[in-house]
Amino acid sequence: MSIINQMRLEFMGCPQNESFARVVISAFAVQLNPTIEEVSDIKTAVSEAVTNAIIHGYEGAQGTVVLSATINDQHILTVEVEDRGRGIADLEQAMQPFYTSHPELERSGMGFAVMQSFMDGLEVTSTVGEGTHIRMRKHFARDEK
Amino acid sequence: MLEHARQRDTMLVRIRGELDHHSAEQVRTELDELIADERITHLVIDMQGLTFMDSSGIGVLIGRYRTLARRKGKLSVQNMSPLIERIFQLSGLHQIIQNHRSGAGEGRR
Ligand SMILES: Nc1ncnc2c1ncn2[C@@H]1O[C@H](COP(=O)(O)OP(=O)(O)OP(=O)(O)O)[C@@H](O)[C@H]1O
Ligand SMILES: [Mg+2]
Repeated sequence: MSIINQMRLEFMGCPQNESFARVVISAFAVQLNPTIEEVSDIKTAVSEAVTNAIIHGYEGAQGTVVLSATINDQHILTVEVEDRGRGIADLEQAMQPFYTSHPELERSGMGFAVMQSFMDGLEVTSTVGEGTHIRMRKHFARDEK
Repeated sequence: MLEHARQRDTMLVRIRGELDHHSAEQVRTELDELIADERITHLVIDMQGLTFMDSSGIGVLIGRYRTLARRKGKLSVQNMSPLIERIFQLSGLHQIIQNHRSGAGEGRR
């Protein structure tokens, strides 16, 4: 299994860049010949991770968010979203559907559940005071569409 | 992002574009203005022109649902894309928000 393409992008964690990150990941995935549904899946998952970095990681303080992705010869897309924000103290609790630390902001606590169900793999590592690293994987059909 | 039409106690709102954290604040404010009149007991959101929605949209919808529920009203949506329908299923929104497939018969109460 070898990597056939790779990208890495750094941007300011401001809300305008949520749609920017979605456009970037869908453009990068074009070479996988994705279906419309597959494109929506990765856009939505990336949107969740980037939004979390902005709202929860930096709490509006506009730190740097890193979006990187690889494609391997097995038609697997790996996407990573990293922030150097506050980190998550209790990861198990954070990943529970409907858990949110900010109900007063009308958050629903569904971000991780969306990433989990729209992608084929989700790994989260986080250290309080250092930041959060999201790694997601999606398999694409191999047929020549 | 919003266009609206009122018919007695029903407010029909068409939403266009992408509903994410960035656009949510404006959409939330505009929707709240549109349903500020307590006599409005039914909010219908038409999602035909909505090309993207993530969990930020779930929060916006639940917030408006709560406002309407307090006045014994209801929230329904119509013309959702398959992506948005999956987000509805996942978050349980379909249990509290009625989903009409076509815009034809949005009656009152
Ligand atoms: N990058 C991050 N940095 C710090 N905390 C985070 C980060 N991502 C998530 N969290 C924590 O995990 C919780 C759950 O995240 P999740 O995305 O599932 O829900 P939410 O963001 O609160 O609500 P929603 O995504 O539905 O708007 C958040 O409320 C927050 O406390
Ligand atoms: Mg979230």
